[in-house]
Amino acid sequence: MRADDSTMIRLDGVDKTFIMHLRAGAVLPVLRAVKFEVNAGECLVLDGPSGSGKSSILKMIFGNYRVDAGSILVRDGDGWSDVARASPRDVLRLRRSVIGYVSQFLRTIPRVGALDVVAASARDNGLEAATARARAAELLARLGIPERLWQLPPATFSGGEQQRINIARGFVATHPVLLLDEPTASLDKKNRAAVIDFIRQRKRSGAALIGIFHDDDVKRQVADNSIDVSRFRA
Amino acid sequence: MSTPPVYNFAYLDEQTKRTIRRAILKAIAIPGYQVPFPSREMPMPFGWGTGGVQVTASILGPNDVLKVIDQGADDTTNAVSIRHFFARTAAIVTTTRTSEATIIQTRHRIPETPLKDGQILVYQVPIPEPLRFLEPRETETRQMHALADYGLMHVKLYEDIARHGHIATTYAYPVMVDQRYLMDPSPTPKFDNPKMHMSPALQLFGAGREQRIYALPPYTRVLSLDFEDHPFERTRFTAPCALCGATDAYLDEVVTDDRGGRMFVCSDTDYCERRRPARQAGDGGERGHEHR
Amino acid sequence: MSTAEVPLISAAGLTKFYGVRVGCLDVDLEAYAGEVLAVVGESGSGKSTLLSLLSTQLRPTRGSVHFRMRDALVRDLFQLEEAQRRLLSRTDWGFVHQDARLGLRMNVSAGGNVGERLMAVGWRNYASIRREARLWLARVEIDGDRIDDLPTTFSGGMRQRLQIAKNMVSAPRLIFMDEPTGGLDVSVQARLIDLMRGLVADHGLAVIIVTHDLAVARLLSHRIIVMRYGRVIETGLTDQVLDDPREPYTQLLVASDLRG
Repeated sequence: MRADDSTMIRLDGVDKTFIMHLRAGAVLPVLRAVKFEVNAGECLVLDGPSGSGKSSILKMIFGNYRVDAGSILVRDGDGWSDVARASPRDVLRLRRSVIGYVSQFLRTIPRVGALDVVAASARDNGLEAATARARAAELLARLGIPERLWQLPPATFSGGEQQRINIARGFVATHPVLLLDEPTASLDKKNRAAVIDFIRQRKRSGAALIGIFHDDDVKRQVADNSIDVSRFRA
Repeated sequence: MSTPPVYNFAYLDEQTKRTIRRAILKAIAIPGYQVPFPSREMPMPFGWGTGGVQVTASILGPNDVLKVIDQGADDTTNAVSIRHFFARTAAIVTTTRTSEATIIQTRHRIPETPLKDGQILVYQVPIPEPLRFLEPRETETRQMHALADYGLMHVKLYEDIARHGHIATTYAYPVMVDQRYLMDPSPTPKFDNPKMHMSPALQLFGAGREQRIYALPPYTRVLSLDFEDHPFERTRFTAPCALCGATDAYLDEVVTDDRGGRMFVCSDTDYCERRRPARQAGDGGERGHEHR
Repeated sequence: MSTAEVPLISAAGLTKFYGVRVGCLDVDLEAYAGEVLAVVGESGSGKSTLLSLLSTQLRPTRGSVHFRMRDALVRDLFQLEEAQRRLLSRTDWGFVHQDARLGLRMNVSAGGNVGERLMAVGWRNYASIRREARLWLARVEIDGDRIDDLPTTFSGGMRQRLQIAKNMVSAPRLIFMDEPTGGLDVSVQARLIDLMRGLVADHGLAVIIVTHDLAVARLLSHRIIVMRYGRVIETGLTDQVLDDPREPYTQLLVASDLRG
């Protein structure tokens, strides 16, 4: 399995089918033979109509969804790991140090304040507690979250505020692979610009990004490549 | 013989004595360990010293000299009854003098007069299990003894200090025997605990209702439980005995009149008597007792 | 293999029959330091039996449980002496019961409860014991003023936190939890879960938690085992099993969860 030096992510022959046992075993094939690569410093945009499986691809790369066939190779230190075959512990390890994810929804832990939520992500990635908090504070400030909200659990925040916490969580760490699922959905222009900035920074430091973007303007500014996922429709 | 030949020597049949002696030997071999034994029906109810009586009955020989005390005194109902019981069923010599006895059966006190090599002290024990009120399950306490799992006992002492500022247990104060078994010394005052340590005498403990025997062979290490920063302390009395002036004996409080008058006298009657010149009854202490 | 890769505790073919009734059947599992493993299922699923087997409170009909001791040797727990198992359960393990009365001495003060494990391993300085007890009460957010109070005066949530303090004082590496949030108010549950997350992160604890509450499993656990009728139905990464359930029963369980 050859891949050149700068390839960070490589999907090959990935299938995804849902079997809905609660609907009398209805079979819902979603994706067939997904294949693409992303190199270091690049951002690949996943395009396609809603329901075409864009989110599912991200989730499979993150290990949140199972893979029915094929391989998902990610650069892991000097070697590669296949997320499709990785053990649960390996997936956990990959999430800590290799694969980051900015999802659409923020699943909050009831009592943890916004700053701590973001700092925890940095700590998991290997940062020291103090540094993690400092970085988290930087990002929250950059994203315009007022300090008085930093100790509050995000469950009470508005949609846009929660989205910004999500973004801060994704970007506070330095994962070599970063997955973005509609990161700018509920943001105003100023914060969209901040996100574009973050993405560019990560690209410059050699990360490989895969993103789903609603906003054409953002897409244009960050995409190095794009792929229409409907060609992998099952 | 004035006693009608209805009873075997010391009441118990020889087979029972043998069983109890086996239990006693086992107990001596494992100091502080509670050995079960089949407690017999005795002509006195449980709670009146049947355990101690069975132990005494099993070891008594025709040449033994028996002393029986109850809370230190030879003349209480309990002590007198038991002494007469053995006088009738064994026809052995009885005494009130600690130094002259070969076997001393006691309820709740250790004599002040130091015991000698060759003497046997038999304790009457109500509840042999020191952990019982902390852990009601017998299955659990047996495991705890087997595994020397005694943290719970220190929890009790901790609670005392937390609640009262000091260890509040004043009698039946738990001890570690030979650094292995946790033992209940019977409801003797903690004042007496040090006397158990390295005693030249053999100490036997009998619990009739609970059917347990345990023992301390002579010269056994017996140490009262405590904390480093709350060490075991003997009770100190502020005044000497009003009758004999002893400052190192355990004192009882005696009410002398109905106007609140009271005095403190030795609980060990024999010890007290021996310290003072012979007096007539009714002089000084109002405790009519027999002189022998 | 570094110790991070050797499971702290593992079960192979663990089976318990009660006569002909199946308690649990052929369960394999592994739990690692710094991770929470949730065992979920409905009543009668065998999850509590499994926990009792893992913590050696029950003997299996078949199968084994291996544990990595502090000296790094992996031992078969049911081949150990009873004394060794008891020592483990007093020092290296903790057990948090659903009913706090099973895990606490209700007639002993909070401080006495927390100090018990210390006294059991030979701590003999009253002041030190008390200091350590206060530290742990603070850590589980119980006011230091309550140190001499009996647990009968504590709320349900406080009792659970006291159980945790009581276990943590001996620096255990593995905690078993049996429906620890059962019957507690939602905010109280949140507090408890938060505490556990912190302890796992700060101390590298391994936790095996039995719960029927999927939300608790999601918040607290990294990996999950789904059980039904004593058998393992599905196992894997918690978010994966709950977001992309494969087995029909798992799909049913997830769909039925009221909190979604």
